[in-house]
Amino acid sequence: MATALATPAADLRQFLRLSPDEAFASLDLAVEGIKCAACMATIERAISREPGVVAARVNLGARRLHVTFERREADPARILRRLDELGFKAYPFSPRHSEDSKAQEMRRLLRCLGVAAFASMNVMLLSVAVWSGHETGLDATTRDLFHWLSALIALPTAAYSGRPFYESAIAALKARRVNMDVPITLGICLALVMSVFEVLRHGEHAYFDGVVMLLFFLLIGRTLDQVMQRRTQLVAANLAALRAEHATKRLPDGTWRDVPIDMVEPGDVILVRIGDRVAADGRIEDGRSDIDQSLVTGETAHRAVRPGDEVYAGTQNLGGALVIRVLKSQEGTLLAGVERLLAQAAQTKGAYIRLADRAARLYPPFVHTVALLTFIGWMMMGLGWHDALMIAITVLIITCPCALGLAVPAVQVVAAGAMFRNGILIQSGDAIERLAEIDRVVFDKTGTLTLPAADIANRDEIPADDLALAARLALTSRHPLAAAISAQDRSAKPLSTAREVPGEGVKACHSGQVVRLGSATFCEAIPEAEALAARFPGASIVAFRHGERLALFAIRQPYREDAAATIAALGAMKLPTEIISGDRPRAVAEAARDLGIANWRGGALPGDKVTWLQQMKQFGARPLMIGDGLNDAPALAAGHASIAPASASQLAQTQADFLLVGQRLGAILPAIRIARKARWLMLENLWISVVYNLIAVPVAILGHATPLVAALAMSGSSIIVTLNALRAGRISGEGPGERP
Amino acid sequence: MNILLILIPLALALGGLGLAAFLWSLSNRQYEDLDGAAWRALMDDEAPVLPRSEDGR
Repeated sequence: MATALATPAADLRQFLRLSPDEAFASLDLAVEGIKCAACMATIERAISREPGVVAARVNLGARRLHVTFERREADPARILRRLDELGFKAYPFSPRHSEDSKAQEMRRLLRCLGVAAFASMNVMLLSVAVWSGHETGLDATTRDLFHWLSALIALPTAAYSGRPFYESAIAALKARRVNMDVPITLGICLALVMSVFEVLRHGEHAYFDGVVMLLFFLLIGRTLDQVMQRRTQLVAANLAALRAEHATKRLPDGTWRDVPIDMVEPGDVILVRIGDRVAADGRIEDGRSDIDQSLVTGETAHRAVRPGDEVYAGTQNLGGALVIRVLKSQEGTLLAGVERLLAQAAQTKGAYIRLADRAARLYPPFVHTVALLTFIGWMMMGLGWHDALMIAITVLIITCPCALGLAVPAVQVVAAGAMFRNGILIQSGDAIERLAEIDRVVFDKTGTLTLPAADIANRDEIPADDLALAARLALTSRHPLAAAISAQDRSAKPLSTAREVPGEGVKACHSGQVVRLGSATFCEAIPEAEALAARFPGASIVAFRHGERLALFAIRQPYREDAAATIAALGAMKLPTEIISGDRPRAVAEAARDLGIANWRGGALPGDKVTWLQQMKQFGARPLMIGDGLNDAPALAAGHASIAPASASQLAQTQADFLLVGQRLGAILPAIRIARKARWLMLENLWISVVYNLIAVPVAILGHATPLVAALAMSGSSIIVTLNALRAGRISGEGPGERP
Repeated sequence: MNILLILIPLALALGGLGLAAFLWSLSNRQYEDLDGAAWRALMDDEAPVLPRSEDGR
């Protein structure tokens, strides 16, 4: 029978990746606890001395370890044991495909950037000579030589380094949209063609320097954007690996084996032991148990399940071992409902238009109209078509959005770094802007305001010797409530006579008497348990009986340590708070009272949460939703911005804009402050670009924008915008509105 | 002005050398872990004397 099954070690060999010649195998591990260079050196030295290991390399930024083995001697389990001895917890993972392609994209951008940097330095070298030559009388032949050399460098560079922009512009045009890359591409092409013609007719001005510099600055902006996304992605992938999602699957030959969760498919049969989380949605084939659904519905009361019932991924099995046949996710009624709500929330949300995109929408029509008017204007003034066209193109070049391309990504990178230091991960690009705009905060209760792990609420009322004995008994059980009791006494040793009665509790013989720990029925303490339950509405009651002595534990999830302080601080920032929870109204009311939140709603279904948030938004409010459960996922999508703790269900994590790493809820305070400051700086940067254009465009229209003026204006504005962006990093964790 | 015929190719060659070095280091994945690389510069290559070596060295 399934319960008698010993835990098989997860098969780590499936994480090994073979080198192309199959002589070596490598393993990637996410390692918890790498903090400094000393950890890095310790791990690398220790692991590279293990037999069979060819090389071990820590990536300090990503908190990962890459081990290369001789293929035949590869023993991943030994590496994990050695790391454990050193005090590091490590989890193997297979890098996702998307991560590899992102890394390639990043390298490609850096190559383009490197080429553009080389080209702009050398073209500028030649250009400075030409500019000074205008004053000192450089002869026309040498000037032509310099122009030709510039063309020789700039043309291949534009062809190579400009590809990210051309590709994006073509993709946008194919989709009948116009994005920022369309005017950039147009500007670059026109400037190059014009410059080549100028050089052919031995003209004085060529804009090769402007083009390569433009590419250089724009590529910096693009790269910064990628850096931010990649850093978040790495940490998110590590978090997924640290949660170490495994399932015990029945193989065709009837044996059980631990496999990563990705390898479980609909129709498979999986085993869920006591205390484990259900790995996938399914229908129970065998076993009876209680299920803790708090991560899914927010409900803290447990649900009794028996064969034929459906259970959902993320719920925790409390009673006895369950054998489950995995269903397609569409078949699970709850998840199907949640997914329908998600689609609905995404639809009604209406696309949020990022600041940069708003600028990009105004930009192309403005620039192209101005250029056209300039051309027509000069023609009407009687200038030849060649000169008029020249001036019109210089208008296009000088308005090219160097500063605009840097204005937003530079701030985002700096702000993302500041948030990262405060324990907040950004998951989507426009999240910072939206977080800056919120005007109220809506919390889920279970797992968000409270910690995911349970604790004894009435500990002070329980005699110490009862607690000590109960802790020894609790060690025998894998029930999560028992874990809360055994955690009270770390030095406790299990009673040798103790054995678990599935679905009831644990009993043992101690000094001639039977001691029992478990449900109220099991310990014959139903009236007392009901009395205690009335005093602690949100708690689960565990009874302990030792002969005539009786102790009752009210076990519930404690509040996050800084929950009350955070809510008070939010109040000080003039952000009203509310609770909307799927838990019973009485339990929610108690939490609201304890934490000082005036508005609360209990017993809310996932759909109720979405409706509530949408109603708020209809009245012009911009709620920040903070939640962790599967049932919160649609609400997280519906909120103006959303945050999920790292312990949240996977669906909630993918929907949230930000992830909260660590136990402190208070990290949302600096996050909001950083986001507000960042939005302010983005706006400021966009205005700087506007002011720059207000000065530069008239100069260009009047025909005074020589290559020298263009180069000075473009680099000057880009540098100002970047320096301004760096101020976003100066916001520390402390500040007005937060209490230590 | 003949000096230009030497100096300009020289300048371009030096710049190109820098570019080639950058591209090489990029393809060599030297920019994967900037935090770690900063510290690696300060570390010894290999601990030359092992505190508890089997043959008592």
